Amino acid sequence: MELKTVQTRHVPVRYLEGGAGPDLVFLHGAGGVTADDPLLAALAKTHHVVAPLIPGYGDSEECGEIRDMLDFTLHTWDVVEALGCKDPILVGHSMGGMIAAEMAAVQPNDVSRLALIAPAGLWDDDHPIADLFSTMPYEMPALLFHDPEAGAAMMTAGRDVEDPNFLQTYLVANARQLGMAGRILFPVPERGLAGRLYRIKAKTVLIWGDSDKLIPPVYAHAFKKSVAGAELVSIPEAGHMITLEQPQAVAEAIGRLG
Amino acid sequence: MKFTWFNLMPWPYLPDDFREKNRSVWVDIDQRLFDPAKSHEVYNTYMDLLEYADTLGFDGIGVNEHHQNGYGIMPSPNIIAAGLARRTSDAAIVVLGNSIALYNPPVRVAEEFAMLDCISGGRLVAGFPVGTSMDTNYCYGQIPSLTREKYQEAHDLIIKAWTSRDPFAFNGRYNKLRHVNIWPRPIQQPHPPVHIPGGGSVETYDFCIDNTYSYSYLSFSGYLRAQALMNGYWKRVEERGVDKSPYRAGFAQTICVAETDEEAERLYAPHVNYFYNRCLHVYPGFADAPGYRTIKTIQTGALSQYAPPRGGYAELTWKDLTEQGHVIAGSPETVRQRMEDLIKGLNVGNIFCLMHVGDMPADKCMYSTKLFAEKVMPKLRNMFPDRADDSRFWCHPLDKRVSAGSLPTAPARAPIPAE
Repeated sequence: MELKTVQTRHVPVRYLEGGAGPDLVFLHGAGGVTADDPLLAALAKTHHVVAPLIPGYGDSEECGEIRDMLDFTLHTWDVVEALGCKDPILVGHSMGGMIAAEMAAVQPNDVSRLALIAPAGLWDDDHPIADLFSTMPYEMPALLFHDPEAGAAMMTAGRDVEDPNFLQTYLVANARQLGMAGRILFPVPERGLAGRLYRIKAKTVLIWGDSDKLIPPVYAHAFKKSVAGAELVSIPEAGHMITLEQPQAVAEAIGRLG
Repeated sequence: MKFTWFNLMPWPYLPDDFREKNRSVWVDIDQRLFDPAKSHEVYNTYMDLLEYADTLGFDGIGVNEHHQNGYGIMPSPNIIAAGLARRTSDAAIVVLGNSIALYNPPVRVAEEFAMLDCISGGRLVAGFPVGTSMDTNYCYGQIPSLTREKYQEAHDLIIKAWTSRDPFAFNGRYNKLRHVNIWPRPIQQPHPPVHIPGGGSVETYDFCIDNTYSYSYLSFSGYLRAQALMNGYWKRVEERGVDKSPYRAGFAQTICVAETDEEAERLYAPHVNYFYNRCLHVYPGFADAPGYRTIKTIQTGALSQYAPPRGGYAELTWKDLTEQGHVIAGSPETVRQRMEDLIKGLNVGNIFCLMHVGDMPADKCMYSTKLFAEKVMPKLRNMFPDRADDSRFWCHPLDKRVSAGSLPTAPARAPIPAE
């Protein structure tokens, strides 16, 4: 995958691009996405993949003008437009799934194929979603992965977490990224999507890890109930970071959209 | 010098194993640890202590706002301040302050502060904190990266509400109001003095300088650790070419006075220990929601003051806490010397004296307070003779003020209707 820049009305947007085939837009979760992401690699074997970064993620410029759900939704449509993608397969993970679902609800005639991977956006009082923002880094692997030990290794990727320079960089990146994500996820990751899901016309596949502890599978059923004709693919031995833990299985599930 | 006697109002009944059994004193503290019936006495004793400080000649008595917090049972400081305004007659009522991004609409703050100013006869000093991340984000649900924008708007609205003499429309991003027209308005003109608690961001330095507000550093880690931050402030003041009046700044300091240094340790060490080990036991996940502080502030390396020192407070002994300046404690002469170092070193004219510490009982608190007022404060009064007439950062009460409760016990006779 190659990191590139496209201009939009608000800010220059960084995006990853790779592969050949039908257009596929991938929207990342609150943790961001990098060029060595295994799901993007799997998808790029059969698709032309573009994965725009939300402003503030990675090395991209922040954007003060994007404040609420509608801003995020329309901004991401602006990005798709600027990239010249026509009716791409729209894929979103977690926060990206929330944005993708909103995009498909707001402009139902422009999305015919939609894949939502453990999307945020709904709230069930009986199954409160953990507060990601107050979760300490060392608590993350248990929350995000089926196999916390392997997950911890993936998250730190060999970096020295005790190094003060790393810590400073980490704090700044966290403030930029989760600061931006907080605009639609804090303190409760719900911005009225439930009332708009009925508008979605796309052929939709929902992809969920059986051991997702952040957004438990009960939410998969809530989405399935609200999106007409949605198909649910449950994947064993996968947590919320299913994109890292079972990239091949996720790519195959997305492949069902044709 | 302006000395304000401050009470954080800690809950004094946190159990001995609080640290072991609870992850945080703040945000998700165990409901069952609060006993409403006991709080009746706690609240009234704490208010009595604030009133006692007024009788001893402190310039101000201070309250602040925290939510879901075991060391600050004062979610509404204005309620306490209203009681103090009635029962005291001289001290400034220092409300430090109202977290203005949390009031909806913030006109509420303009109104309540106006009421306090009117009831107290112009004794209000108004504080506008952004609020800690625990209070503002985790308890009150404000989106971290939009909190400052919302705060700024609230500030602009409050100042306009205080200073406009005609109804106006306010079309903000967070507040849409067609008829802003507060009634009552404050006695002090153009508005009560404003103090801004800050934690080291350049934006806040400039905000204070631009508006002639006093910058307050409210830390629990003492004056020695505050030096770098306050140096940053004064450097900025100099760069901006304004005067370096010490009243442009305030500092909070834990202070315990006894007849001797030994007596201070014997009397106060358990309560200091209670405060630093139980009350400051904040789950680090709540200290700093991502997006709450600006990138610039993080890059300057100013970590949250709620991040405990490496190794935690538990390892700090009385000796550590006093030598490192977290706490200024000892005989009147020891305290005087150290206070002088603090005042000169930080160049601060406003001292917020944290004299009730942790689970300190009223008698010890009164003892310490009285010694400070009688044997320390008078010797520190004239630290900045050149700036003695700088009244920009303090309240201006009415010359003639009424006393609360001055009605006769019963009407003397039937009122005579006016002709």
